[in-house]
Amino acid sequence: MVRTLVVRGLLIGLLAGFVAGTFAFVFGEPRVDAAIALEEAAAAAEPEPASASAGEAGHDHAEAAGHDHGEAAGHDHGEGAAVSRPVQKAGLFLATGLYGLAVGGVFALVFAGLRGRFGPRDDGALALASAATAFVAVILIPFLKYPANPPAVGDPETINSRTALYVVMIIVGLAAVAVAVATARRVTAGPWQRRVAAGVAFLVPVVAAWLLLPAVDEVPEGFPASLLWNFRLASLGTQLVFWTAFGVLFGWVSDRVAGRPALSPAPSGG
Amino acid sequence: MSDISAPSAIPLPRLRPWLLLAVPVLLLVAYLVLMDNGAVSQTGTFLHELMHDGRHLLGVPCH
Repeated sequence: MVRTLVVRGLLIGLLAGFVAGTFAFVFGEPRVDAAIALEEAAAAAEPEPASASAGEAGHDHAEAAGHDHGEAAGHDHGEGAAVSRPVQKAGLFLATGLYGLAVGGVFALVFAGLRGRFGPRDDGALALASAATAFVAVILIPFLKYPANPPAVGDPETINSRTALYVVMIIVGLAAVAVAVATARRVTAGPWQRRVAAGVAFLVPVVAAWLLLPAVDEVPEGFPASLLWNFRLASLGTQLVFWTAFGVLFGWVSDRVAGRPALSPAPSGG
Repeated sequence: MSDISAPSAIPLPRLRPWLLLAVPVLLLVAYLVLMDNGAVSQTGTFLHELMHDGRHLLGVPCH
């Protein structure tokens, strides 16, 4: 049972990952290319040879332009094997596929734990509700505080703290869901009281984290606002496509599997 | 209202080994894809570069 669910989650996750990768390739890659072109133009305009520079600003630019984006960069920091742009674009599908695989497996185990304990009674509805909740908690809430950035946006020196803050927002989103569910279970006054209480319980930790955690704004002076907006839309769209495809396919397959014995009482032997 | 027509919950003892073994492995995969910059994978920035576009478009901080 558990293994069936995990295998289902892994396979559907992989598939949804490739679907999302295709969306990202079509709608996201042009924005990544445009941002890299800007980044390289900025690096080329830098007067000082970056590799020799020990200065703060020069070092930053060398990092931003140099550690990445293969051909034009030229300043590879030793052990960093340069990966060319075409390979990075293939890597997009590898990344979204593996992401889907990992997320799908975890989702399946969470689904296995929720089933019969929390949420809708039928597997299809539970899959949809869980996927939608996961999207909000793990993607949308972190995105609203720390939105995705294209290449050329973001100081490499702060990557660790930004990653940590991003993970904190994911935990906040998941904790907010747990608090909301726990609250909903305690309110017995009526369905609307329960819904409102759950909504407020969800928002309290999210708003608190939104206000208390430090802001990150590392968009360089003069970076085109429309490019930033389009990139962020494509990034959020990639995740929306992933979670929609995953939730629908997982729910659909679960319902079909659950429905099979009822539809054909005699199990088909072979 | 909790026990009528509810699908039978999978008992926790049957879930536990999966939660203890599979979840860490899956989260490690997600970490390597989304966040590793050499500290865990020991490949320098290779994983970062290979997963570069995916990281940007999946919305995690990349660099």
